[in-house]
Amino acid sequence: MNIHEYQAKAILRNFGVPVPEGHVVYNGNSARDWAKRLGDGPYAIKAQIHAGGRGKGGGVKIAKNADEAKKYARAMFGMTLVTHQTGPEGKTVKRVLIESGCDIADEFYVSFLVDRATDMVTLMASAEGGMDIEEVAAKTPEKLFFEPIDPVVGLTAFQARKVAFKLGFGIAQVKQAVPLLMNLYKAFIETDCALLEINPLVLTGDGTLICLDAKLNIDDNALFRHIRIRDLRDYDEEDAMEIEASQYDLSYIALDGNIGCMVNGAGLAMATMDIIKHYGGDPANFLDVGGGATIERVTEAFKLILSDDKVKGILVNIFGGIMKCDVIATGVIEAAKQIGVTVPLVVRLEGTNVGLGKKLLAESGLNIVSADGMADAAQKIVKAVQSQGE
Amino acid sequence: MSILVDKNTKVITQGITGATGLFHAQGAREYGTQMVGGVTPGKGGTTIDGFPVFDTVEDAVKATGANASVIYVPPIATADAIMEAVEAGIELVICITEGVPVLDMVKVNKYMEGKSCRLIGPNCPGVITPGECKIGIMPGYIHKPGPVGVVSRSGTLTYEAVWQLTTRNIGQTTCVGIGGDPVNGTSHLDVLKMFENDPATEAVIMIGEIGGDAEEQAAAYVRDHMTKPVAAFIAGATAPAGKRMGHAGAIISGGKGDAASKKEFLRECGVSVADSPAEMAEALLKIWQP
Repeated sequence: MNIHEYQAKAILRNFGVPVPEGHVVYNGNSARDWAKRLGDGPYAIKAQIHAGGRGKGGGVKIAKNADEAKKYARAMFGMTLVTHQTGPEGKTVKRVLIESGCDIADEFYVSFLVDRATDMVTLMASAEGGMDIEEVAAKTPEKLFFEPIDPVVGLTAFQARKVAFKLGFGIAQVKQAVPLLMNLYKAFIETDCALLEINPLVLTGDGTLICLDAKLNIDDNALFRHIRIRDLRDYDEEDAMEIEASQYDLSYIALDGNIGCMVNGAGLAMATMDIIKHYGGDPANFLDVGGGATIERVTEAFKLILSDDKVKGILVNIFGGIMKCDVIATGVIEAAKQIGVTVPLVVRLEGTNVGLGKKLLAESGLNIVSADGMADAAQKIVKAVQSQGE
Repeated sequence: MSILVDKNTKVITQGITGATGLFHAQGAREYGTQMVGGVTPGKGGTTIDGFPVFDTVEDAVKATGANASVIYVPPIATADAIMEAVEAGIELVICITEGVPVLDMVKVNKYMEGKSCRLIGPNCPGVITPGECKIGIMPGYIHKPGPVGVVSRSGTLTYEAVWQLTTRNIGQTTCVGIGGDPVNGTSHLDVLKMFENDPATEAVIMIGEIGGDAEEQAAAYVRDHMTKPVAAFIAGATAPAGKRMGHAGAIISGGKGDAASKKEFLRECGVSVADSPAEMAEALLKIWQP
């Protein structure tokens, strides 16, 4: 789960990490009021959306005084920010962070993440701060430093020192960097982060280190032990259909195509999208109904798929293991009757009680095309959808 | 022969008094697996549907001689359950539970270093040696004994591969679901090494997915050390970058881990790669005949 920059900074502040003074606001007037409270300008005015690259899209401004802070903040509210991470539709700005500005002498990059190759939390750092780190990794990988962290002892002072010296810090900054990095690690562990990224970590004109930006992604699986962080979830930042799907324990992701998919199991669901593409079609979604799909869940899944008006056909691909095919077939028939499916529907059933399942579908009187195997199913739905376009 | 489990494997179920744990313990027993009991703290000394229940894994091992454990406890207690099994001397721990925090698994893997226990999972369907031992949630009847090893991150996609083999009258030595999480106990590479060393396994189907580089590591092993033919499928060719496709590990990030580059590397390593998930068995039959 992603949280906003201002929320991330509030968490880091509690762990003793230096971040700028600031406050989130919801309208222009309070931007001016908070600017005055923060003391003299300049101020940083930052649009709060869950995506990077805000600066280039006009989502970060520097205001000289409180009136300018109000002006810039006002202009940001309601604006649609499009960055390389938002997708073409962009995201609407509803919250703005106003902060004390700082005098930037140099910028660095620091992050913590779980490295799948070593199964360890790893500290990643670079003197190339403020840039897109993926670009640094691709073009100049030698400028990235990695420090794997033993989960039993945690990040040690000597590791933090080593990284600080590699970043080119003088001894005065090393002395600040060591507790800063150790506190970031502590925050990472205690809030169950999947990613904690500071880009940039700034060295100010007077030689002080401060985290100018902060991105925290929390492990969804660990939210059960972080009730207060779970409450920070901003539904405005998420796809409305994905939120609805999650209420029925369905894993749904919208895509651009026109063939709706309903599958059990994440791997098979991905493979079903792949085989549709393989036969020249275009999947409209990823949808995993899970192992214990009930009639209710199958119905909800159908509703979700059909609420996307791009959908011109539906492929149901179920490999029933514990799940019995006759139960799935009953669910499909019920759902199709309730909702009134008007687009072509191809159903591929395999596994426990498959004969009974197919018989139910055949006798339902509904316009359901039965398929044998994944290839047959994909070819049938692609053909049915393409023939509509002719 | 087979890998990991066979007719001599004695299994306990951690979380046996829960609905899921009991249901699958019964299913495994019907299949013929030696399901010797279970553990639920506070219910030691009782029995449930004929299974003796113990308070601790240690008690269960002492009383039953179990050498394998299958875990169905909730995510909040999973790391603890794995470590309890390791400490009690269990040789093979199979963790079915989905939704375990990744930092818990980082700790568990550190805890297991240097210990002679193997962990499969979490978030996996389990392990089956057809005709001998089924541990997990897979449907037993789709399998048949034979010469092909199957290893996969995904449950239902494994069933798909197994079914393609079985309907062509080709059986399996052992099918291993390693799970869809980014940090887990056993990798594709670990399982390939076991299949290479198993005299009964003649060929292998490996099913991977987008994210990470575990499939690439396994492919390098195929290229450098493996004498047996390997076919593969990589799921997620149509998945957009940055979107997590169900499995916590299945995400393309930082331009890495996409299906096209994985497939290309696998082919360079001599793996027969299926472009369509309907052709997994066919891809194997191109390079191997039973």
